[in-house]
Amino acid sequence: MIPAPFAYHRPRSVDEALGLLRQYGEGARVVAGGHSLIPMMKLRLAQPEYLVDLQDLEELRGIRSEPDAVMIGAMTTQHELINSALLAANCPIIGETSLQIADPQVRYCGTLGGNVANGDPGNDMPAVMLALGAKYRLKRQRDEREIAARDFYHGAFSRALQPDEILVSVRIPMPVAGHGYAYEKQKRKVGDYATAAAAVVLTMSGGTCISAAIALTNVADTPLLAGDAADAVIGTALDEAAIDEAVRRARAAANPSADAHGPVEFRRHVAGVMVRRALMRAKERAL
Amino acid sequence: MAKMHIVLRVNNREVETLAEPRMLLIHLLREQLGITGPHIGCDTSHCGACSVDMNGKSVKSCTVFAVQAHGAEIITVEGLAGADGSLHPLQEAFREHHGLQCGFCTPGMIIRAYRLLQENPRPSETEIRQGIAGNLCRCTGYLTIVRAIRAAAERMANAKEAAE
Ligand SMILES: Cc1cc2nc3c(=O)[nH]c(=O)nc-3n(C[C@H](O)[C@H](O)[C@H](O)COP(=O)(O)OP(=O)(O)OC[C@H]3O[C@@H](n4cnc5c(N)ncnc54)[C@H](O)[C@@H]3O)c2cc1C
Ligand code: FES
Ligand code: FES
Repeated sequence: MIPAPFAYHRPRSVDEALGLLRQYGEGARVVAGGHSLIPMMKLRLAQPEYLVDLQDLEELRGIRSEPDAVMIGAMTTQHELINSALLAANCPIIGETSLQIADPQVRYCGTLGGNVANGDPGNDMPAVMLALGAKYRLKRQRDEREIAARDFYHGAFSRALQPDEILVSVRIPMPVAGHGYAYEKQKRKVGDYATAAAAVVLTMSGGTCISAAIALTNVADTPLLAGDAADAVIGTALDEAAIDEAVRRARAAANPSADAHGPVEFRRHVAGVMVRRALMRAKERAL
Repeated sequence: MAKMHIVLRVNNREVETLAEPRMLLIHLLREQLGITGPHIGCDTSHCGACSVDMNGKSVKSCTVFAVQAHGAEIITVEGLAGADGSLHPLQEAFREHHGLQCGFCTPGMIIRAYRLLQENPRPSETEIRQGIAGNLCRCTGYLTIVRAIRAAAERMANAKEAAE
């Protein structure tokens, strides 16, 4: 399959990349790892006239911690997320999720920025970003802003990203030491998008759950923050009754469509199962 | 669209060529450079038959544009054997352990296994299976492939220890 023709640019700095996006407007697209965009170009579902390759922009790579946050450059690959000691120590749900994305070859290329900016409801990282309360830093020429992941997704492939903007980094508020977490994903085979998946991040204190966030992947046209479901476990001992109620509320929030992953009722059911498993595992892991 | 001038290293040899931006790396390798080890299986980024080693990473060359490989260092299965034609331990082990039947997936399997063993010289069976999860084989049932990679890993690690 051969994509439609395009002109190729490989800028040496973020400023140069932003200038190209400004100059070419709607016809331009950035390519990061290319593992969502290039398959779409081959199918001609995407036909950019100008492709701006971010691979040389070292300023967009890397993982570092600040006193109150973890910062991850947009061009950091899933492979790097899996192998990061800093993330393993401070925010292990990111590595756990990365390992459930695609296969080793795809993970060497695919980036965190591309995964969260893509806007495909099947992408796994967006729900994790909702659960962690992450913020996205977006840059354009002479202009910079930050937006909460929770405000970023509007519909399938519709997100708060202008054609002349680049996502430069993701900022994750430092998770509480000893927090519980889990990303549970049901897929039909390696490299498949989720039938349904759930991200859970919570904290326990003296046997009581004092904070919780639950988010769902691929059961609506955007990632979903299941606030009602989280409310059902906060203030409880995460006992069976509380988990049952959270599952009931998460299923009610899910709004999947029937596709190759299964009919609506099945996918809704799987969403509930994933929430149950994620809550139980997060509870086990919480200190 | 105008062709672009690109320079890359393929199997330790410098290659200078022209490529249209939309040309995929697999097409550059196979059709322009005559390197036909990497195969086109699915053409949809799933099967791994087109895998090559690029800048120390295993990548599916059907999902990379040739122009993106400008400046890159690429190794294909053709680059593994010694200059005298002696087989790489992975190639030896695939032959000995019947790690292939039709052979279509084999160049991708071997070049992927090559990178896996660079990163993890003594992988467990589970680590091998996870490591080759991006490579599909329609013939062998994977058992003999895993066995071959294990045997090669052992031989390579022992040879390295002996040399040290
Ligand atoms: C076989 C296969 C299986 C897969 N399975 C999964 C899976 O299970 N789960 C999953 O989540 N993903 C999956 N993926 C997708 C993969 O994770 C992609 O790598 C990821 O979705 C996109 O990241 P990328 O770096 O490749 O982005 P690209 O493909 O380069 O870009 C994706 C989109 O985001 C935009 N973009 C990228 N970076 C930026 C930036 N910094 N600023 C602004 N816009 C940007 C691009 O313009 C494009 O529109 C799979 C892919 C393949 C090929
Ligand atoms: S041909 Fe590239 S992954 Fe199948
Ligand atoms: S040996 Fe035939 S596909 Fe693997």
